[in-house]
Amino acid sequence: MIKARIRKRLGSFTLEAEFEARSGVTVLFGASGAGKTLALDCIAGFRRPDEGRVLLDDAILFDAAARVNVPPQARRCGYVFQNYALFPHMTLRQNLEFAVEPLPRLERHRRVNEMIEKFKLGDAVVRRPAELSGGQKQRGSIARALLASPKLLLLDEPARGLDAPLRADLYEVLRQVRAEFALPIILVTHDLDEGCQLGDEMLIMSQGRIVQSGPPANIVAQPANLDVARLLGQYNLLPAEILQLDPQRGTSVLRVLEHEIPGRYYPGHFKGDRVWLCVRHSSLTARPLEGRLAPDEVPVTLDRVSTRARGVLLEFAEGLAVEAAQADNRKQWVVTFPPAALHVLSK
Amino acid sequence: MSIDWSPLWLSLKVAALSTSVSVVLGVALAWLLARRTFRGRDLLDAGVMLPLVLPPTVLGYYLLVLLGRESALGHLYELVFGQPLVFTWQAAVVAAMFHSLPLLVKWSRAALESVDHNYEWAARSLGASEWRTFWRVSLPLAGRSIAAAAALSFARALGDFGVTIMIAGNIPGQTQTVSVAIYDAVESGNGAVARTLVVVVSLVAVVILTLANRISRPASVEAAQ
Repeated sequence: MIKARIRKRLGSFTLEAEFEARSGVTVLFGASGAGKTLALDCIAGFRRPDEGRVLLDDAILFDAAARVNVPPQARRCGYVFQNYALFPHMTLRQNLEFAVEPLPRLERHRRVNEMIEKFKLGDAVVRRPAELSGGQKQRGSIARALLASPKLLLLDEPARGLDAPLRADLYEVLRQVRAEFALPIILVTHDLDEGCQLGDEMLIMSQGRIVQSGPPANIVAQPANLDVARLLGQYNLLPAEILQLDPQRGTSVLRVLEHEIPGRYYPGHFKGDRVWLCVRHSSLTARPLEGRLAPDEVPVTLDRVSTRARGVLLEFAEGLAVEAAQADNRKQWVVTFPPAALHVLSK
Repeated sequence: MSIDWSPLWLSLKVAALSTSVSVVLGVALAWLLARRTFRGRDLLDAGVMLPLVLPPTVLGYYLLVLLGRESALGHLYELVFGQPLVFTWQAAVVAAMFHSLPLLVKWSRAALESVDHNYEWAARSLGASEWRTFWRVSLPLAGRSIAAAAALSFARALGDFGVTIMIAGNIPGQTQTVSVAIYDAVESGNGAVARTLVVVVSLVAVVILTLANRISRPASVEAAQ
């Protein structure tokens, strides 16, 4: 298990993060420039934090107060770089052997061959990185990091710039690593889908701070605040007012888009609170305006329709967006707000 | 016209020796300046570059004071090698070194700095010591550029005049390097000798320059990948 509390200034940017990661995949999610890579570099020992402590299992890797700063060589943190950083002047086999050089010859050979087999690198090992396919480079760099018997694996956006099939391969490899090696894996990404697919735990990072942590499903179901919701980027965020709260029945009434709709009970909020209504694009349904409105329905005007990988996104004049299978070009629609899917965030 | 070729051979010998020493010293200095942070780094940087901006006679004067027979270093040298350093061809090696080292450091430093630090970080995260990281990763990746720098510094070592004449003098057949010989020939009205030597030295320079370009070019292609 890794525990870190890091403060590091770099120019005008300040990283101030505290987190831990257990066996399994912990996803460090955030926009570009949020400080994710800097956090990894501080853990690996490439950069020295100004303050804080880094603990890996029982070993102190860094402690500013006690002036402990273990050099990267001795930290046993495997690091998979964004560009893989396979040494360009060595063959893939030489790259792998580099990681086990201190071992006796036979042992070295056995370990390298084992990895070559495990990561299906077979014929590729005689080639240099420039002659390897994207997938081979990616598997090769993970194999190389694991050969050094790390106690922690750090991956810096390994899927960046890969096309969909390679991405799927990488996810498969990472699942394999997760299953076969009992070590914490910290995966940096700015792709929410990737984070949700691979992460056992997720840390949301924004402007150098961890703003929310937990299992990905929980975070997506209920972003802690407006920043997180914006960062995850698949929510409708609408100004709303809580008109009624009924703790006995567990219900409420919200005013949103000048309509009153039923909601859940929101502990910690008061009647009259002005809040943000937060609801996923995929939780809402839309139908063309016909007949009478149900209590949880709100009439809206269609602004435009944008095509997505799956289905379309209906964007309405009121700043509302709804995922749908298909669209037609009618102007007047009705959107259903299912009470169970409605979250509120304090303003 | 009979030409004494000994100054040319002497110059080649002096340049070869001084380059060998310079490469070891220069790459070590370049690595220190490129990859380490320590107190007095700026001072070291300035000190290494000083010979580039000092007039050669000034530099030669300093060396004369520092290495002369009266100085501590001069004494030590005489004790170890049984002869004084100044006004011998070995002094010409020292002169050539001071002439070529600053640029060698500058170029080697640029070469080392152009190595993507991720490779060095990767090596360290795999448990490689600083020493192993340098020999197995940094140096091979910067190798071509450093070799080109060494070739250029050889060419530069061939051409020193000012420092050489100050500390090695102009003893024909002993300390007279080719640049000094050319000066000598012009001075004594021996135009034919001067012209021949000038042409030969120019040719050598062009050959080395071409060689250096050849060596360094594939490296830039590799770096682009």
